[in-house]
Amino acid sequence: MQIDVWLKAACDDAERRGLPELKPLLETLARSTAALREADRSVRAVMADTAPPENLAPPDGLEDE
Amino acid sequence: MTARPDLRSITTIAPLLRAGTVSPVDLVRGCLTRIDGRPELNAFITVMRERALADAAVAEQEIRAGHYLGPLHGVPVSVKDLIDVAGTPTTAGSALPPRYPRADAPVVTRLREAGAILIGKTNLHEFAFGTTSEESAFGPVRHPLDPSRSPGGSSGGAAVALVEGMCFGSVGTDTGGSVRIPSAACGTVGLKPCPDEVSCEGVVALSTTLDHVGPMTRTVADAAVMFHAMQTRPPLHGLRPARAAGPRVLGVPEPYFCERLDPGVRQALARALDTLRHAGYEIRSVAIEHAARTADVYVHIVLPEASWYHAPTIDVHAERYSPEVRVRLQMGRYILAQDYVRAMFLRGVLTRAVNRALEGCDALLLPTLPIPAPPLGAASIDVDGQKEPVRAAMLRLTQLFNITGHPAIALPAGRTGDGWPVSLQLVGAQNDTEGLLELAAEVEPYMIGGDGSVGGGAG
Repeated sequence: MQIDVWLKAACDDAERRGLPELKPLLETLARSTAALREADRSVRAVMADTAPPENLAPPDGLEDE
Repeated sequence: MTARPDLRSITTIAPLLRAGTVSPVDLVRGCLTRIDGRPELNAFITVMRERALADAAVAEQEIRAGHYLGPLHGVPVSVKDLIDVAGTPTTAGSALPPRYPRADAPVVTRLREAGAILIGKTNLHEFAFGTTSEESAFGPVRHPLDPSRSPGGSSGGAAVALVEGMCFGSVGTDTGGSVRIPSAACGTVGLKPCPDEVSCEGVVALSTTLDHVGPMTRTVADAAVMFHAMQTRPPLHGLRPARAAGPRVLGVPEPYFCERLDPGVRQALARALDTLRHAGYEIRSVAIEHAARTADVYVHIVLPEASWYHAPTIDVHAERYSPEVRVRLQMGRYILAQDYVRAMFLRGVLTRAVNRALEGCDALLLPTLPIPAPPLGAASIDVDGQKEPVRAAMLRLTQLFNITGHPAIALPAGRTGDGWPVSLQLVGAQNDTEGLLELAAEVEPYMIGGDGSVGGGAG
């Protein structure tokens, strides 16, 4: 799930639950998640032998993962 | 050693107890008097007055009868109040209904088997989910040098109890630095061993894969005594490499760990390095790859794990959590499983990076806290001209070693110009807490600035 999509869904959910105070913290968390994903990508790029196989389709039913 | 008899070390008091020249009952009475003398510090949640006196009387009889159990026999110790002690409530510093355990946690059982006298349960940051010990249903823990300051956390009550002579050793927990941070802020010794060396059973969890239980003491030798008694996993001596001939080598991870420090901390680090060089240690600059991502990895592990633990109560008793802790627990629900897995993958990457930094070194040496004890209630703090959230600053130099599992020990390293304790930590090789303790005992005299007193020397 893309970070911006995740952030919007999380903020909407927090609003629905009556937890608007979470929103600024979720925005901070989104920045941290983006940094985490970037680190994951860059480490995997240099660890070519452990990178996930790119030419294998996901199993049936997992295309949306 | 220090002139204050109430601040003697365990290793100093133990031979006197064995010889019968000091009485366990008198030691317990002295600790109780000092607990009663400074109630405003909120160091303890439960004081086990009658039980401690009764246990001390038994210990006295046993020692007199020649049944001496070892260096903890008759010594008053405390445990953080998220560790189960049969017959006393476990509150975790929370306003939630406490649990009333019928059995001691294994770490408590070990200490009792070693003859230690449990004097009480110390105050902490609510559910150990904070670095200042100010959010507690039992009132904020206050720094003994200035009650408007935090003693650090989450094991803040334990460090205060040691500084004030309310016990001779204490047990804390360390998920991102909660043993080492208060030890640093108060000028005591705090050991985070390797994962599972001391059992977390019977301990209220914060983050099941990051939690560690460790001793807090006045000296390294005392930390070793406590650790050996507390250990529930046998040491992995067989894996220890033989020590190479030549000088001890300390690696200083300058990038990230020594970049943004309070000037007083920077000066203490420079002073310690200078002293160690003169004493024959080789000081080597090293780097830990990807260290800048430490906080991102930490938060994506600790938040969902804490949120999982509190899932049964966070909605039902939401109003009994402090707003600050509740919000963080609620945040954990929004972290995606794939991001938790990414953090776990990067955990392995960071572990290998610390292993590489340790290659050719006996240990890493770095500050424990980048700042001295912060004011209670401060959300952010100026660190070397840059504003930083207090929580992030206090965790910045310790949390990596919870992620990687390397053993780490905080040592007093003098004081800032205005008298606040400063601490440096040594980080050892994986599965070699014994080696780390040996090295820390060697290094300790060069760090504490001469008089050896609790609080890190003069000032």
